[in-house]
Amino acid sequence: MSKDFEIVIGLEVHAELKTQTKIFCSCSTAFGAEPNTQTCPVCAGFPGMLPVLNEKVVELAIKTGLALHSEIPEVCKFDRKNYFYPDSPKAYQISQFDLPVCVGGFVDIDVNGQKKRVGITRAHMEEDAGKLVHQGDITTTPFSLVDLNRCGVPLLEIVSEPDMRSAQEARAYMEKLRSMLLFAGVSDCKMQEGSLRCDANVSIRPIGQKEFGTRTEIKNLNSFRALERAIEYEANRQKEALEDGEEIIQETRTWDEEKQLTRSMRSKEEAHDYRYFPEPDLPPLKISSEWVEKIRGQMPEMPDQAQIRLVEEYGLPEYDAGLLTLTPENLIFFDQCLKEYPDAKTVSNWMMGELGRLLNQNNLEIGECNIKPIDLVQMLKAIEDGSISGKMAKAVFEEMFASGKSPALIIKEKGLVQISDEGTLVPVIEDIVKANPRVVEDYKNGKDKALGFFIGQIMKSTRGQANPALVNKLLKECLDKQ
Amino acid sequence: MELYELTLHELQERLARREVTSEEIVKSIFTRINRVEDKVKSFITLIEESALQRARVIDNGGIYPGIAGIPLGLKDIFCTRGVKTTCGSKILENFVPAYESTASGRLDQQQGVLVGKLNMDEFAMGSSTENSAFFATRNPWDLTRVPGGSSGGSAAAVAADEVPFALGTDTGGSIRQPASYCGVVGMKPTYGRVSRWGVIAFASSLDQVGVFSKDVRDNALVMNIIAGHDPLDSTSAAIEVPDYTSNLDGDVRGLRIAFPKEYFGPGIDAAITKSIKKALQKYEELGAIVEEVSLPHSQYALPAYYLVAPAEASANLARFDGVRYGYRDFEAENVVSMFSRTRAQGFGDEVKRRIMLGTYALSSGYYDAYYLKALKVRRLIANDFAKVFHDFDLIVSPTTPTIAFKLGEQSGDPLTIYMNDILTVPVNMAGLPGMSIPCGFEQGMPIGMQLIGKAFDEATLYKAAYAFEQNTDYHTMKPDLGVK
Repeated sequence: MSKDFEIVIGLEVHAELKTQTKIFCSCSTAFGAEPNTQTCPVCAGFPGMLPVLNEKVVELAIKTGLALHSEIPEVCKFDRKNYFYPDSPKAYQISQFDLPVCVGGFVDIDVNGQKKRVGITRAHMEEDAGKLVHQGDITTTPFSLVDLNRCGVPLLEIVSEPDMRSAQEARAYMEKLRSMLLFAGVSDCKMQEGSLRCDANVSIRPIGQKEFGTRTEIKNLNSFRALERAIEYEANRQKEALEDGEEIIQETRTWDEEKQLTRSMRSKEEAHDYRYFPEPDLPPLKISSEWVEKIRGQMPEMPDQAQIRLVEEYGLPEYDAGLLTLTPENLIFFDQCLKEYPDAKTVSNWMMGELGRLLNQNNLEIGECNIKPIDLVQMLKAIEDGSISGKMAKAVFEEMFASGKSPALIIKEKGLVQISDEGTLVPVIEDIVKANPRVVEDYKNGKDKALGFFIGQIMKSTRGQANPALVNKLLKECLDKQ
Repeated sequence: MELYELTLHELQERLARREVTSEEIVKSIFTRINRVEDKVKSFITLIEESALQRARVIDNGGIYPGIAGIPLGLKDIFCTRGVKTTCGSKILENFVPAYESTASGRLDQQQGVLVGKLNMDEFAMGSSTENSAFFATRNPWDLTRVPGGSSGGSAAAVAADEVPFALGTDTGGSIRQPASYCGVVGMKPTYGRVSRWGVIAFASSLDQVGVFSKDVRDNALVMNIIAGHDPLDSTSAAIEVPDYTSNLDGDVRGLRIAFPKEYFGPGIDAAITKSIKKALQKYEELGAIVEEVSLPHSQYALPAYYLVAPAEASANLARFDGVRYGYRDFEAENVVSMFSRTRAQGFGDEVKRRIMLGTYALSSGYYDAYYLKALKVRRLIANDFAKVFHDFDLIVSPTTPTIAFKLGEQSGDPLTIYMNDILTVPVNMAGLPGMSIPCGFEQGMPIGMQLIGKAFDEATLYKAAYAFEQNTDYHTMKPDLGVK
C-alpha cells in the first residue's frame, strides 16, 4: 500500500468446535465419511423434527470466550437465518443474531516485534451447512449432489473489530487466534479440512481520515497465504479504482486461488435479506456464572501465558517464545525436552532450525513426525559429551527424521562416532602437516586460509569424525613445533 | 348400542370385563367408517388391515391396560412411521416418515390402535378444512356445513362415531373451533405440555397438540398419556403431569369463574351469547362464583397473531423445496427455478398467502414495525390473562362467534374466515390451556363453550368441564347421518 492510504481489515473466522456429535442432533461429526452416512431426520431437515442443543458446544464456546477475554452474558439466544440453498436442508440456519454467547474480548498480536491488540466484537454459535458435489464446474454441471454429513456440525463464528491495518497483521491475528483455539482445545483448526475458515472485510482510506471506506467482503480464504495475498490484492484493486476516480462497490468477492485475484460474487443489492428472528424451537439459553467459573478453573495454559513463562523462566528471546507457542504440540515438545536437557536456547535453536526446516519441507506437524523429544535430547547429549560434532549431528538428525531410529543407533550404524582420542589424531595431523610444507610456510606468514586447509584435510581423512575442537588444539600444537 | 358409539372409557370397561375383543371394536369402527365416510370424508388415509392385525396381537396378549386395543385417529400432521403423512398438502402427498411423533408414539406404546390419518387444512392453515389439498370434510351435523378447522377431520370423525378419540393440533383455535362446530370435547393444553416432536410445524411458538373426545373423562384419559416432558422437544415443559381423571368429581363449589366482557361483544351471535350465559348460570347454581372481567388487549390478538404465525410459518415451510423429499418439479432448468416451481405447484393459495405475509413481516426494515411489535402485543395479552388469574381459577367464553358456516360460504374472503378464531387466538398468544365443550344448539348445530385456565392447570379445566357435563346432556347428542 502506498503511503497515502491505509488498509482497514476485520476478519470473520469460523472455527469448527471439537465435539463428538453435531450441535442439534446426535450424528457424528467425524471428517471424511461416505456422503450422507452421518445424517438423521433432524440434521436433514425432515418435517416435524426439532433441534436439541448439544451442551458440549456451549462449553467449548464458553471456553473460547474465556480464552479471548470475552464477556459471557447470562442469557444468549438462537435465531433463524433464512435463505434457500440446496445444502441448507431447513432453508434456515440456526445461528445467534443479537444475543451471542461471547461479547467483546481481544487478541494480542506481534508483527516484526511490534505488539498490537486486535479487538473481538463477538463470537456466536451456529450450525454448518452441507456440501454440494458438482460434476466438474458449478456453472456447467448437469446436476449436483448434496452431502449432508457436515450439516449441523457446530461452528463458532468469531468476529473481530476492524483493527488490522495490513495483510501481515491479518495473518498474525489469524495465526494467533488459531494457536489460542488449539491451546484451549476447542477446535482442530485444520484449514485444509475446513475446520477453520475465514472471511475478510477489507477497505482502504486516506491516511488521517476517520471514516471507514466502503468495504468488500472476501470469501474462500483457505490458507494463511491466501488470506495475506487476497488482502494485498484487494487493497491494491481498491486503491487503483479510487485513483481512477471509480467508486468502491460494497459487495462480496471471492478469492480465486488459481488466478490469484478477487472476483465479484454478489453486490449489496443482490445481498440476501436473511430475515433473522428468534428460533422458537429453542428457549433462550441461560449460562450460570457457576458454570463459567467452573470452566475458567479448568482452562489450560494459553499461548500468551506460555510465552511469558518461556521468557521469564528460561530466558528465551520473545521471538523464540512466540514460535514455540504457535501450537500446543510445539510447547509440549519443548517442555518435555527441557525436563531432560536444561539448555533452553539450544533446544529452541534445534526446534526452530533443523526440525522446523524438515517439518516445512515435508509438510508435517511436529506431532506427526518421527522425532520425539527424547530423541532430540539424546542427540544433544551426544554433542555435549563429544561423541558427535555439531556438523555430524545435522546428518544424524536428518536420519532420525527420515527413519525414526534413535540417535545412538544411527551413530553406531554409520560408524559416526567422533574421534576424540589424541593417540589416533596426532599421527594423522603430523602426516598431513609434513606432506604440505608450503602451506606451513603460508601459516607462518600469517595466512588464515592455511589453517582451514589443514582442518579440511584432517576432516577428510577422518571422514569428518574428528572432534573439531580437539583437532584445532592439536593442529596448532603441531604447527607451532614446525 | 353399537360398539362404535361408545366412549373410550366405556370401551375400556367392556374390554376389562372381556365382553368384547379389540378386533370386534376395530371391526365395528370400520363398519361405521364404511357407512358414513363418503358423506363425512374425515380420513385422508385408512389402514384397516394393519389396524385389525394390531388388534389381534393385543387380543392375543389378553390384557387391556389403559387404552390398549382401543381405536384412534390422528390428524395428518403427526408423523407416523411407515404411514403416509401429508399435512393436507400436495407437497407431501407421498411422504412416508421413517419416524413416529412423540405424542402418537406414546399412544402406540400404550397399544392404542391407529385406524387412519385425518383430513385437515393444508399445513393447519385454515378454519374449515376446505384448504385441504385433497377434499373438504363435512360437518356430521349438517353435511352442507364445514366441520371447522384446521383439525376438521379429527372433530368430524369423533362426532360421526368413526373413532372414539383423535389427536389434533391447535395454533390459533384449530382444536377448539372444530370441536365447537362438531359438538365434541376438544382440549388444547398449555404450550409445552405435550411434545411437538414429529408434529409438522406451522407456527412453532403457538402450535400445541391436543385431544378430541366424546366426553371430558375420555379427554383426560388421553391427556394423561400424551402430556409430559420430552427431551427431544426443548420447549416441552419439565413439569409434573397430574392424573387428570383424579378430580372429576362434579364439585365446583367456590370455584372462581371470570367471563371477559370483550368476548361477549358485537359480532358474537346472540344465540351463542345466550347459551354461554345460561352455562354460567348453571355454574352459579352449582356453587361457583361468576364475575365479569376485562381482557382489554384481546382485541389486538388476531392482528398480532397474523404477524407472528405467518412469520414462523414462512421459515418452517421453507424446507419444502423439492430437494430431499416430497413433491418436486422436474421441468425446472436450474435450482432456483426448481425451488420456485416446486413450491408454486406444491402449496395451495392459503399457504402461499401466509408465507408471503410472514416473509414480508420479517423483512429488513419491517421487522420492528411488525414482528417485534406483535411480540410486544403478545406480552400485553399474556399480562391481561395473568391479572385475571390472580383472582380467578377459570375464564369462560364462547369458543366461536358463530355456529358452523356453509361450505364455500367464506372461502372467497380470508379476513372473514380469520374472524372465526377471534376468541381462541388470544389463548395461544398467551400459551394457556383452552378447552371447548358442547353447551347448546342453534339451528340444530352445536355451540361450544370455551374454558381457559392458568398455565399448566389443565386439571381445573377438566374438573369444571366435567361438572358441567354431569349436569347437562349436550355431550350425549349425536348427529343423524341417515344410516344405522
